[in-house]
Amino acid sequence: MGYLGADYTVKSWLLTTDHKRIGLLYMISITVFFLLGGAAATLLRLELMTPRGDVFGSPDDYNRSFTIHGVFMVFFFLIPGVPAVLGNFLLPLMIGARDLAFPRLNLMSWYIYMIGGLFTLYALVAGGVDTGWTFYTPYSTMFSNTQVIAAALGIFIVGFSSILTALNFIVTVHTMRAPGMTWLRLPLFIWAHYATSLIIVLGTPVLAITIILVAVERLFKVGIFDPAYGGDPLLFQHLFWFYSHPAVYIMILPSFGVISEIVTAFARKKIFGYSFMAGALLAIAVLGFLVWGHHMFVSSQSMYAGMIFSVLSFLVAVPSGIKVFNWTATLYKGSVSFKTPMLYALGFIGLFTIGGLTGLVLSTMATDVHVHDTYFVVAHFHYIMVGGMVMAYLGGLHFWWPKITGRMYSEFWGALSALTVFIGFNLTFFPQFLLGYIGMPRRYYEYPEEYQVLNVMSTAGASVLAVGYMMPLIYLLISLKVGKIAGPNPWAASGLEWETSSPPPTHNFLDTKIVTSGPYDYELQEFADQQREVQEQGIV
Amino acid sequence: MWEFPLFPDSASTFAPKVDALYIGLMIVSAAFTFAFCFFVLFFAVKYRRGSKADRSNIRDSSPLAEAIYITVPTLIGIGLFIWGAVIYFELVSPPGDSIEIYVTGKQWMWKAQHPEGSSEINALHVPAGKPVRLIMTSEDVIHSYYIPDFRAKQDVLPGRYTSMWFHPTKVGRFRLFCTEYCGTEHSRMGGWVTVMEPADYEAWLEGSSETNGLAAEGEALFRQYHCSGCHGANSTVKAPPLEGVFGGPVPLLNDPKDPQSGSRIIVADERYVRDSILRPMEEVVSGYEPLMPSFAGQIPEEDLLKLVSYIKSIGRGRPNRTLTDRGMSEGEGASSNITDFMGGAAANGGTD
Repeated sequence: MGYLGADYTVKSWLLTTDHKRIGLLYMISITVFFLLGGAAATLLRLELMTPRGDVFGSPDDYNRSFTIHGVFMVFFFLIPGVPAVLGNFLLPLMIGARDLAFPRLNLMSWYIYMIGGLFTLYALVAGGVDTGWTFYTPYSTMFSNTQVIAAALGIFIVGFSSILTALNFIVTVHTMRAPGMTWLRLPLFIWAHYATSLIIVLGTPVLAITIILVAVERLFKVGIFDPAYGGDPLLFQHLFWFYSHPAVYIMILPSFGVISEIVTAFARKKIFGYSFMAGALLAIAVLGFLVWGHHMFVSSQSMYAGMIFSVLSFLVAVPSGIKVFNWTATLYKGSVSFKTPMLYALGFIGLFTIGGLTGLVLSTMATDVHVHDTYFVVAHFHYIMVGGMVMAYLGGLHFWWPKITGRMYSEFWGALSALTVFIGFNLTFFPQFLLGYIGMPRRYYEYPEEYQVLNVMSTAGASVLAVGYMMPLIYLLISLKVGKIAGPNPWAASGLEWETSSPPPTHNFLDTKIVTSGPYDYELQEFADQQREVQEQGIV
Repeated sequence: MWEFPLFPDSASTFAPKVDALYIGLMIVSAAFTFAFCFFVLFFAVKYRRGSKADRSNIRDSSPLAEAIYITVPTLIGIGLFIWGAVIYFELVSPPGDSIEIYVTGKQWMWKAQHPEGSSEINALHVPAGKPVRLIMTSEDVIHSYYIPDFRAKQDVLPGRYTSMWFHPTKVGRFRLFCTEYCGTEHSRMGGWVTVMEPADYEAWLEGSSETNGLAAEGEALFRQYHCSGCHGANSTVKAPPLEGVFGGPVPLLNDPKDPQSGSRIIVADERYVRDSILRPMEEVVSGYEPLMPSFAGQIPEEDLLKLVSYIKSIGRGRPNRTLTDRGMSEGEGASSNITDFMGGAAANGGTD
């Protein structure tokens, strides 16, 4: 009797305090916002197929569309995606808890998320916003004639949802671990969510304050950011990036957790360098707060400040490198199987590596001056944020789908979707690196003709990517009806979440779990496999 | 239309340096990417489930390997940082003999004003083979001046001056963009930078010049806005004389309201002159009463540029430093003529 079948009424879902059901509520709403953001992206790519404006009626419509795309993707999909869906569902299961520490607060954070989403949707319906998701002042406070305050209020509200979920995670990890689940026996997924939650709790209030200041300046003409009223336009950038650079790590750290779980499960080998992997997560969380100024190398920030931000940005690459090195080393002498989640994870490693290394071009001041605010930056952050987070989200979704629903999906279609997304993604965004270096600025509705060929390639790739993203939506839904029954542990993976039925009962476990060893106890299984093979050969 | 370029034109002294650094970064990145891809695929295939590969002596951590992962990327990173910082330092340090052109950004056009008086919109004419320094400000939102073929870019902010410089090496027409999103017509806010032979540039300047030059216009404005009433030679109000001020050190009261608060030294640059017109109470010259009214909101950006240009023309040369970098102005560069200046100010105070 799983949590899904406990009660079928709408009320039982909308008033549930079960973290698993709340995870599914998030999954549905996040998918809707993803489709909305994706539809806007499709229109943008179609517009950019030709140098002249022909899809949108006016540049204003184009500007509103890229704002919709950015705002919904960043604040309503990329940031909450992995923690709110997979984290909500799995965090208590993985540490052997019956639920999160504050189940009703958890439900409340979903409602807050929805209210924030509706405010932002209202901004959209009431005329849109044309500032871009970065809301740079004084354009957003004094010059834009669009629904900036409604959109900002939506983002302000959704920030509380993040903070509440993060607090819930932190308290749960501290107080609800099963007996024997020490800190160094936590799965890396939990470490990743713990580190992410710390960033959210420390960073999000700064965004909230910044947004309030934007609204105050807009409404009451108080000089905060606009120099015409005695404000400082760079103040906004400092405040904004103080949150929004760490926000990139809010998106990518949970993904690191997902990828670590998948790689070790499908290599059937203990993750290489567990303690360094956990330490790297915390190091990224800390360093992530110290590099915001690399967004401002050409903003007239002092040269010496720029140098410090530049060298710190190089240093963030080191813990990120540790992650990739150790995933690779985990495969060494493993027993690797290429199921759908593993294909997504391998794709993630490729895309994240490219995204991370191109970040060096932006950390280096002399090259950043040239590529800043061009398509190079667009390509770079899509590789990290979309290539990284979405690959990890889809990989995690496929990995835990049998646990969430109790059903298996079609492995053929799963593998095909992983391949399609990987190819489509590279076709879409790799040309944008080239486009950026030859000089095409971002947020351009029209562009010089010499940039067309690369834009056409990018748009063609985007159509492949769109097909790749739509496929899981279809076959995962089909699997709910016709999928094979999964059983408690279809991947023979280690971890407490696999020790209960699929889907899990309402309170996760029928008995109290007692943990006696560290995570990823795969050597023994691999050893047993080989022993069995030897024996079988001996018999033959 | 269907060309497939990888690099923009290389038309300034920065371009080859930035390209070399970029290629260096790409080589490092490609080396790591291919190494990862190779090992990931190699291990994945060699150790695929069911293969007969040797799996004895499995280790699940190696402090030595981790130490290498940490040290090697750190050293490579610091090396690349230094390479980038050296070029960047040059990118923000204009030579003293640069041609100076004033640029104003406005939704949605770039106005350029040559010192000799010619002005142009969405275009910039510069001579080849000479360093050019742009002194820029915005009338509304943040814009960003970008010439890809020069590898040069700088944000243009309302309320302050920023500066960029480049040394064009190639005659021709190069695209000019705005890269900081600035509203509806953002993608149309651009034009062409035309690099001409120096002789052609002189001819162009003369051919298009209709006015007396920025400094001359500034001098007229200096009287028109009644600046001369206080700062002029025969004024009765005790205001600092402006002859010889620009480019030199200025001692400021730390706290304008408290004459005993001690002084600090800054260099009188474009930023200081502009701020002194708009916010005169904030940086008061030591030895003078804070009496000047603010002209904020009364003088348009273009007139401000002309006034600054006039005060420069009666100054004593420009300090060799960047506008955007206040850190340097308070330290180096302020020491040379300081006693000389203090003496002058004291003498003036005495005679008044």
